[in-house]
Amino acid sequence: MNATMQRFNSLPTAVKWMVYALLGMLLLTIVQSIGGTDKLTSAPISREMLRWALPVLLAGLGGLFAERSGVVNIGLEGMMILGMWFGAWGALEFGPWIGMFIGIAGGGLGGLLHAVATVTFGVDQIISGVAINILAPAGTRYLSQEVWGSPTQSPRIQGIGDWDVPFLAGGSIFGWESPDILLTVANWEWWYVSDVADFSRGLLRGTSLLALIAVALVPFCAWLLWRTRFGLRLRIAGEQPHAGESQGVNIYAYKYAAVIISGALAGLGGVVISSPELSGQFLEGNSGGRGFIGLAAVIFGNWRPLGILLGALLYGYVFGLDLKDLDGSASHALLLVNAIALAGVSGWAITRRRIADGVLAGTMAIAALVWWIVSESLPGWWSNILPYVVVLLVLVFFAQRLRVPAAIGQAYRRGDS
Amino acid sequence: MRKVLMTLAAPVGALILTLAISSLALWVFGSNPFAAYGDMVGHAAKLETQVDIWNRATPLYLSAIAASIGFRMNLFNIGVEGQYLIAALVAAQVGGLVSLPQVLHIAVVFLVAMAVGGAWAGLAGLLNVTRGVNVVISTIMLNFIAVSGFMAWWVQAWQADLREGETLSSTNLGTTPIEDSGVLPDITGWVEVFTGDIRENNPVSGMLVVALLVGIGYYVLLNRTTFGFDLRSSGMNPFAARAGGVPPKRMIIMAMILSGAIAGLIGLVEVFEISKFRPNQIQGLGFGGIAVALLGRNSPVGMAFAALLFAFLDISSGILQQTGTASQEIVKIMQGIVLLAAVVAYEVARRFRERDEARETAEALAEGVAK
Amino acid sequence: MATAIELEGITKRFPGVIANDNVNLTVEKGEIHAICGENGAGKSTLMKILYGMQAADEGTMKVHGELVEFASPIDAIERGIGMVHQHFMLADNLTVLENVILGAEPIMSGGRIDFSSATERLTTVANEYGLNVDVNELVETLEVGQRQRVEIIKVLYRGADILILDEPTAVLVPQEVEALFENMRELKAAGATILFIDHKLDEVLEISDSITVLRRGKTIATMPNEGVTAHDLAELMVGSELPTPETSKSTVTDQVALEIHDLAVLDQDRRPVIENINLKIHKGEIVGIAGVEGNGQGELVDAIIGTAKAAVGTINLLGQDITDASVRHRRESGVGYVPEDRHHEGLLLGSPLWENAALGHQTQAPYGTRWFINRAGARQQTELIREQFDVRTPNIDVSAHALSGGNQQKLIIGRELTANPTLLIAAHPTRGIDVGAQAAVWDQLREARADGLATLLVSADLDELIGLSDVLIVMLRGVFVARLDPADVTPRDLGAYMTGAATQVQGAA
Repeated sequence: MNATMQRFNSLPTAVKWMVYALLGMLLLTIVQSIGGTDKLTSAPISREMLRWALPVLLAGLGGLFAERSGVVNIGLEGMMILGMWFGAWGALEFGPWIGMFIGIAGGGLGGLLHAVATVTFGVDQIISGVAINILAPAGTRYLSQEVWGSPTQSPRIQGIGDWDVPFLAGGSIFGWESPDILLTVANWEWWYVSDVADFSRGLLRGTSLLALIAVALVPFCAWLLWRTRFGLRLRIAGEQPHAGESQGVNIYAYKYAAVIISGALAGLGGVVISSPELSGQFLEGNSGGRGFIGLAAVIFGNWRPLGILLGALLYGYVFGLDLKDLDGSASHALLLVNAIALAGVSGWAITRRRIADGVLAGTMAIAALVWWIVSESLPGWWSNILPYVVVLLVLVFFAQRLRVPAAIGQAYRRGDS
Repeated sequence: MRKVLMTLAAPVGALILTLAISSLALWVFGSNPFAAYGDMVGHAAKLETQVDIWNRATPLYLSAIAASIGFRMNLFNIGVEGQYLIAALVAAQVGGLVSLPQVLHIAVVFLVAMAVGGAWAGLAGLLNVTRGVNVVISTIMLNFIAVSGFMAWWVQAWQADLREGETLSSTNLGTTPIEDSGVLPDITGWVEVFTGDIRENNPVSGMLVVALLVGIGYYVLLNRTTFGFDLRSSGMNPFAARAGGVPPKRMIIMAMILSGAIAGLIGLVEVFEISKFRPNQIQGLGFGGIAVALLGRNSPVGMAFAALLFAFLDISSGILQQTGTASQEIVKIMQGIVLLAAVVAYEVARRFRERDEARETAEALAEGVAK
Repeated sequence: MATAIELEGITKRFPGVIANDNVNLTVEKGEIHAICGENGAGKSTLMKILYGMQAADEGTMKVHGELVEFASPIDAIERGIGMVHQHFMLADNLTVLENVILGAEPIMSGGRIDFSSATERLTTVANEYGLNVDVNELVETLEVGQRQRVEIIKVLYRGADILILDEPTAVLVPQEVEALFENMRELKAAGATILFIDHKLDEVLEISDSITVLRRGKTIATMPNEGVTAHDLAELMVGSELPTPETSKSTVTDQVALEIHDLAVLDQDRRPVIENINLKIHKGEIVGIAGVEGNGQGELVDAIIGTAKAAVGTINLLGQDITDASVRHRRESGVGYVPEDRHHEGLLLGSPLWENAALGHQTQAPYGTRWFINRAGARQQTELIREQFDVRTPNIDVSAHALSGGNQQKLIIGRELTANPTLLIAAHPTRGIDVGAQAAVWDQLREARADGLATLLVSADLDELIGLSDVLIVMLRGVFVARLDPADVTPRDLGAYMTGAATQVQGAA
């Protein structure tokens, strides 16, 4: 058993996570059969998962850059709101593509503000973030009122467009309709295999270009941070800035860059929210705390892009499922999934001799199971809060064993030692 | 004298910067900033507006004290928002269900509010101490759970209770109304001694007295008690505090509970005003209080002034909407800018002060040393 | 011979103090030049200026005969100057390779780092200088000696031919110092010029070709290392003879103040960091703990003061079991604590002195009670401490950070001793403070001992340990490995026990 585990652990990360994903699908398929619903693994659900994951993913990547350079960015929510507004305004004035860049710039502006306050003036990073979170919605309200006559919403906007992946999902290549392999497999209705096909197809058909850009950013950010000079110097700012200073690195510059990028990415997340992908307009309150959830995704992902993607997808799945679930049966089935997952966590914790964790998770698993058995469907407010509860649970059980950037949160001044 | 000027320089500087930027924002969109400011100030000159300002400053001040108890310990209790709403809801409901002699009845309402607020905040403290969950994130999550979960649950229940044909309206939804014996009396009579007649239907909330007492209590707690010493030292240097005997985990939990308990009082202002808790209860006082605490630099007197400033701005949005000289949202921008500008100014001032102190000390020593 | 470095008239001022006052320094090419001075003499500041980390207010610098001005370390590095800092500047979470190439990364198109050529080059340099680690290991896995070699390799990787070593022997035991000196001779043979800061005079005399002495920011003398004695240097450094701690009549009683039985402390992974610890400290006795940093001394101190949990074993104070007692309870029962890092664990830098005096004693008279702080009492007591312990400050309301290191330490020692503790834990009590303050602290400790205080002394200063202790215990890898009589042992022997080169036949009692 141990030998297998060791061999497994030595596989490349991407492969490992594909295996986890397949195992996860297996769990969902099993629960579907028990629960008598077919919604958990269908294509619409995976589409929703991806859509709703995007803002959290982008905010999380933003948080990653800032924290890797040693700056905590609580203001992601505010920067996201700036992206929402500027993205919508830009799309209305100049078209969706330019609107996207204006939205990114808006978020970056918020990042610049945070950088100036914390890096140059040494204001406490949390305080600066809180101030930006207060200023940004105030600013966008005012601008909305002046520009569109309503403090809370804008007219509807156009999107960038979407794409079907050829061969796998029947996309067209220069006008030629390619075969839709996944659809074929899904139609076989083979247990598990067809579910995987259907689920995957949902991710590849009708995918917006924004989604493609966002997901492509994941390996790009990983490459940028670990394989380039820029990334190494940025990381030293977050690990041991004085070492970097003594080796000739301008730490201030890298912190500035990181925080501005952080705002820009959060801004892009806001653009996604305002785009037809999600709302189709600027609507106050649509950020829904996703900036903060992005921050939680950074912790969940152990400050690595792939982990952040996973955290975002988890959130997207839970949130998206609830939205599409008009009769409550899917959320109800999800309860069983939760119970099994918690039981798994409990078992894992006990094998690592963390008894208290194991008992806690086990109790929660039993509670979820009982609730599933006893109830028919879930009240509306429960699914409202489920994502936030999941975030808390993840932080409660998985906060150990993390490699936090060593100099995070510390105010850096040149010349101190 | 120089010290007083230096202390005032930062907030005054921030105010000036705020006026400059908001004037610019107004002018860009075609409003006349001076007309707007004139309206705001003129409106505030009226007695009834001043009553409104005091009534608005009261919950903001309580909120600021709640937040600053956390800030003093480097615990960022962003959860004040959620804590005050559910505390007010539960306290109003309990208050509506019981019937007791006045003193007891009011006491019950207070105690329930403080207990619920303290518990909700204490939960975040517990998660931090036992599982290392970051207080900022957990309080933010708990805010959402409180508002979108707990409050939504209640609103659903109220909607279900609606009789046939009744429509959703903010006036008939809410907790069971509290009998008069459970409502804190207003102090309009006392205030009229100083100010002359105040119009009917514009009472000065009795919570103002409570707020003042809380402010005094905060000062005494922080500066004269051992608990306060422990709290402040934990905030300044948790390692030194720990080596000095302060129990770190217990401190975090107690600070969060205390912060939440004070937060519980915030919503009581409106509850006592209308004798119940309604779904459209004023929201945002939690974040407002955080801003006021930061602006007031966690000092009981500073926060009082900051609370009055923010209350003035909040109330001013009403007159701007009426006269149309400017978009009422400008007041929120002013609040945001003054906060950001102030925290930057405070940091700059602190660095100057430290440098001055180091230099003065070194000079004083150099003079006194014979060697 | 050509000069490698010429500094003329270097002056640097900070608020309230002149760190360097018209300093002149000439270093010949290919020599090992030592810079001596006590703490606070201005050595570090001078080196920072030379390395471009600070700018001088006045004066000129010449490197290999050319006038230069450095705006940042990059300029210094370009000129072939490399600095090995006293406090290692390494990022634990990054690999050895990443730490070394930072700032001089070989890049390919698009800003990509050329890892293969970097690895090749680094492995070559590393093997030449005796550092045999996988360059892709995280730095956090390296031990102290290896870390120092990484620091030196960082500098060599960039092609430095002038090396500045800032107190390199501070964290090494005598045997490791030998290895370092060997490396230095090899480097010199290869053509390097070495500037080396040290205040241990025997080391200076052993390795250097020339010596410059600084005192209070001024150059006092520069001389070749011929016929110079430690005595001469000491006199130049201090202006008078270097005080050494001396023991007189024994004051050890037979009353046991602290008794530790079979103590063990575990780390996060449930592995013992210290174990099988048995110790008795009597009233009137100073027990010294010697050991290379990181062998468990810190955890032992934490376990006694209460910030680390004892997994196994008992701790008794005057017969009372305090094994599970809180820190506050232990302090109230009479445990005093002078922490290793005064900024980290000893002071509230932003608070006034009288509040700092109360720290650790806020629930006891005269500072306060369980519920209330007694301001008047605290202030009065602080004035007393200021007088008795010669804490130089204009008044007791200044913030702690405004005081010099030595005065901060005197305040801490004062607040602990005036509380009349039964047991004092003193961890590196004279680290980083000037010689005058150091002597004062030693006197206070001896006086308290004569009054019946039991003291646990942890220190890296071997002279301090040998001079003050009544009994010496050596700690290695979390256990006691030797129990020695300070009267019989030399720093060399002590170093041998500390590194495990020598072992004691019978275990520590």
